[in-house]
Amino acid sequence: MCGIVGLFSKSNKIESQLGHYLSEMLLEMTERGPDSAGIAVYRNPTDNGHTKLTVLCPKDDYNWKKVSTDLSHHYDGEVAFEVRGNQATFIVPGSEEGISNWFNQTHPELMLISSGSTIEIYKATGLPTRVIEKFNIRELTGTHALGHTRMATESAVTTHHSHPFSTGEDICLVHNGSLSNHNRLRRILSKKGIVFHTDNDSEVAAGYIASRLLQGDDLDQALEAALHDLDGFYTFAVGTKDGFAVMRDPIACKPAIIAETEDWVAMSSEYRAISVLPGAKDATTWEPEPSKIYSWKH
Amino acid sequence: MNEFDLDQSKIRDFNAALHNPSKATDQSTWKVTNTKGRHAIAVGINSALNLQIDGHVGYYCAGMNQKANVTINGHCGAGVAENMMSGTVTVKGNASQYAGATAHGGLLIIEGDASSRCGISMKGIDIVVKGNIGHMSAFMAQTGRLVVCGDAGDALGDSLYEARLYVRGKVASLGADCIEKPMKEEHKTELKELLERANITDINVEEFHRYGSARTLYNFNIDNVGSY
Repeated sequence: MCGIVGLFSKSNKIESQLGHYLSEMLLEMTERGPDSAGIAVYRNPTDNGHTKLTVLCPKDDYNWKKVSTDLSHHYDGEVAFEVRGNQATFIVPGSEEGISNWFNQTHPELMLISSGSTIEIYKATGLPTRVIEKFNIRELTGTHALGHTRMATESAVTTHHSHPFSTGEDICLVHNGSLSNHNRLRRILSKKGIVFHTDNDSEVAAGYIASRLLQGDDLDQALEAALHDLDGFYTFAVGTKDGFAVMRDPIACKPAIIAETEDWVAMSSEYRAISVLPGAKDATTWEPEPSKIYSWKH
Repeated sequence: MNEFDLDQSKIRDFNAALHNPSKATDQSTWKVTNTKGRHAIAVGINSALNLQIDGHVGYYCAGMNQKANVTINGHCGAGVAENMMSGTVTVKGNASQYAGATAHGGLLIIEGDASSRCGISMKGIDIVVKGNIGHMSAFMAQTGRLVVCGDAGDALGDSLYEARLYVRGKVASLGADCIEKPMKEEHKTELKELLERANITDINVEEFHRYGSARTLYNFNIDNVGSY
């Protein structure tokens, strides 16, 4: 069991309180996933030619200023950064290319968990309430966000194994279910250059979608292909720079519900997470059908 | 009228009140508000009371119901009226997976759509769905009747025993050992009575098709037909 939530703003009414509403949704999913929790939020797009990185350190009180200085030298320009808990977000003047290797070589204690122009990911082990406080999630503004509460079934309970997983620029995925062919797929995707950090099955799904998008698919096409190539049980919520999608496997064992108003679209494992949103009572609410892709774009 | 607001009271206390024989008397009226998708609301009622639930509910609402008349003014999570024994449960909105699963008796009316596995392993319940139902509905259904005024998803009635299925719209596909059977007068009479009990008066029974078990997957014995 796991809990997943997603909130996509359609008008700008909820953007200033996106973090608050996502936190409320995540808290409702506590019982579905007490092992770890995480969120991905799409906010504050960078200027052209800049890349936003979210980096995680297992230790608290890390000297992020030093990393910022090192990044300034690497990119030969000014680097902005913001610290939340044991993570920091950097805005660097350059492309994402090679930055993962740079971190591995110069700061092996750190882990790059997202990169792109708008995405930020925050995740940790423990109950959602702890994670929300640790990273001050409630104050975050943004256009859309995904969240996950994990009850681990197939790989270890660590921060690195927590969702959301991002394996491409501005792409992330949260998953409720289990995949049975992830080892084989991981090998195939690794040969294509997709980098995986864990033995987690959901990371492979994120990598698969990233790989399809890199090949030129749009999000709907990537998910359509995933229906054929991913074997197992899944409800996925996927975020891109300007899009949000939900898909369930052909058997649809794992729960999911979607609700939509003029101001927002939300998905969750259970309705109670949607009930906390403004106007939820009168929202158009339905259960997504198996093998059907539901997507929205800004 | 006994009223509960689930923002103020715990579900456990509400359910305990519904189980209290001195309060939950026959024909007593009850109302619960601020349900907000919470689970296990009104589970295990055992008296002929009337309960109105205002709002969407989570999993297993009105499970194991006996005798009570429950109306849900909202959508339902998984397993509404699971293992119901008797009484009536009416859902004004849509129902999620396995509505009426394993239920032995009573009537479940879903005015919207039901999702997958509606009536899975039903053992005597009658289910009337005004909208559509999802895939794998009536899987291993043993006895009882399932009426669908809309369409049915894939693998309807897979591994069916003796439940009778009536579908007005399209059936995406039939499951193993489920076949279409002729609508005889006795079936039209039975269907008409079920629709009336669900307050559906504007639909003609002639528009329905009947589906049942081909009886090749299990050891059907004609000598025992009276027990089904």
